[in-house]
Amino acid sequence: MRIDALDRQDLRRAPQRLARIVLRDKAGLFGLILFVLIVFLALAAPALSPHDPLQQNLRSSRQPPAWHDSGSMEHPLGTDNLGRDMLSRILVGTRVSLTVGFFGVLIASSIGLVFGMTAGYMGGRTDSAIMAVTNLVLSIPYLLLVVVVASVLGRSLLNVILIFGFTNAPLFVRITRGEVLRIRTSGYVESAISIGASRHHIITRHILPNLIGPVLTVATFEMSGMIFYEAGLGFLGLSVPPSIPSWGNMLAAGRQYIQFSPWIATFPGLAIVVTSLSMNLLGDWLRDVLDPRQRRSS
Amino acid sequence: MQRYLLSRVIQSIMLMFGVLILVFFLVRLTGDPARIMMPRDASPADIEAFRDAMGFNEPLPAQFFHFMTGALQGDFGRSLHYRAPAMRIVLERMPATIELSLAALIFALIVAIPLGVIGGSRPGTIWDTVCRAVGLVGQTIPNFWLALMMISLFSVTLGWFPTFGRGGFSSIVLPAVALGLFPLGKFTRLVRSAVLEVRNEDYVRTAYSKGLLDHRVYTHHIFLNVSVTLVSIVGVQFGYLLGGSIYIETIFAWPGVGRMINEAVQARDFPLVQALAFVSAAFIVLLNLLTDLAYVLIDPRIRYED
Repeated sequence: MRIDALDRQDLRRAPQRLARIVLRDKAGLFGLILFVLIVFLALAAPALSPHDPLQQNLRSSRQPPAWHDSGSMEHPLGTDNLGRDMLSRILVGTRVSLTVGFFGVLIASSIGLVFGMTAGYMGGRTDSAIMAVTNLVLSIPYLLLVVVVASVLGRSLLNVILIFGFTNAPLFVRITRGEVLRIRTSGYVESAISIGASRHHIITRHILPNLIGPVLTVATFEMSGMIFYEAGLGFLGLSVPPSIPSWGNMLAAGRQYIQFSPWIATFPGLAIVVTSLSMNLLGDWLRDVLDPRQRRSS
Repeated sequence: MQRYLLSRVIQSIMLMFGVLILVFFLVRLTGDPARIMMPRDASPADIEAFRDAMGFNEPLPAQFFHFMTGALQGDFGRSLHYRAPAMRIVLERMPATIELSLAALIFALIVAIPLGVIGGSRPGTIWDTVCRAVGLVGQTIPNFWLALMMISLFSVTLGWFPTFGRGGFSSIVLPAVALGLFPLGKFTRLVRSAVLEVRNEDYVRTAYSKGLLDHRVYTHHIFLNVSVTLVSIVGVQFGYLLGGSIYIETIFAWPGVGRMINEAVQARDFPLVQALAFVSAAFIVLLNLLTDLAYVLIDPRIRYED
């Protein structure tokens, strides 16, 4: 009775506890706000863009940002080599980055959960086979793998998402398997088995809920990584077709004009840094909140 | 110990076989390797001739057998672009990449070790905050963007370093810093948390209670133990450095493997790509093996008896 009452009291205070945790970590809160802002910018990009991001105008090409002497408020962040408005292109480019990151992580974590749980729960030969493939893919330098596959498959948004989804899956397999092994041998699962709980019960009530924390944390970091790598592929001319405004494609153009028009490379890069920063802060914070065992040592 | 070594060596060889299989199938992902290797405007007759010359008309098991027997003798076919054995060209480019990777690694370690030790030994101070910031910066700044920004500032505006090329010390500074930023962040985080952890160990308390001076405790007890952790990750970082060199060598026109990967991919020179992928993966597998050995040698607590 008493324990029950305590439990309920604890539950009633849960929102306050959560609020306290959120507010305690200022950096995490900053990351969260930044991330929400970036998602909003991606959704509202067409409405917010001052110009058509594809509109070329060679007469006003390579115009510097507004704070330069020869810049104007017409193009606050200047124009690129084809006279397209930088600000509009960066705003719309957010969509490619977030789309690739979100769906890439969704595919990778789904594959990772299925195979990681199978490996961890079945053990034996199934485990060995799954882990052999996983370790094989992880032994190849990641970027090399992505570049080769991207060049074989060709440039399209779907291909980029699939590439990141599949090449990142081994990481999720490894993490899921490790967690499953740890949870399966824990005291509460052993006692659940001893009182006759079914496999279904153990997986859905004990293993899955405990996987959410670590997988979500890794997903945040990996999403940031995919945004990074998508830009890198675009930089090499291997990501989405050049007709789609993306930060990587903008950087590729910026590289050609780095000597006289550095802003063409500066702003898309800053966009990547800010996005990546928000997700890394968010990831650190998620790790603290969802997985108290792995608290940062400090 | 010997059994552990043997099993690790066998494991590495199996891994290389796996890499070969992967490399074979990667260029056949679309089902028609001739089409991805030939220019888009190639005539059907040309593609058919190429298919014949490359042996793509043979049944797949036969192709696989040819590829594997060739690869085991170091023969990955001839580069379509250079018209020379692919393997030889790749090996010629290796030294430049190793040089750049080592420079990046040294830069990262020289900054990260002192910073991490100071930050870890004074938790909560400004140094600690600097450590965390460096760790974050390493993870959030793309090396290809950093490279462009440094060229814009230090080469174009200030004229301190050459914009590209390989020759002399000044030419390696910018590429090494750009490539080293990510491992720098990683190492700083790692050293900091390792120092934090080791500081509370019994043997450190014992060392202090013996009356040892602070710096002696650090050099003899704390740093030696932190270095074990460091060794385990330095080897792993080489995989990243090889990948990162694709950008950095391309931007700085550094004549190494990374730039060649980009060139081979752009030219659709897939025999060369296969050789590059294999050599890179072999290099990483070998390094991981060496790392594990070093690990055992450095830390006497690690013994693989069974």
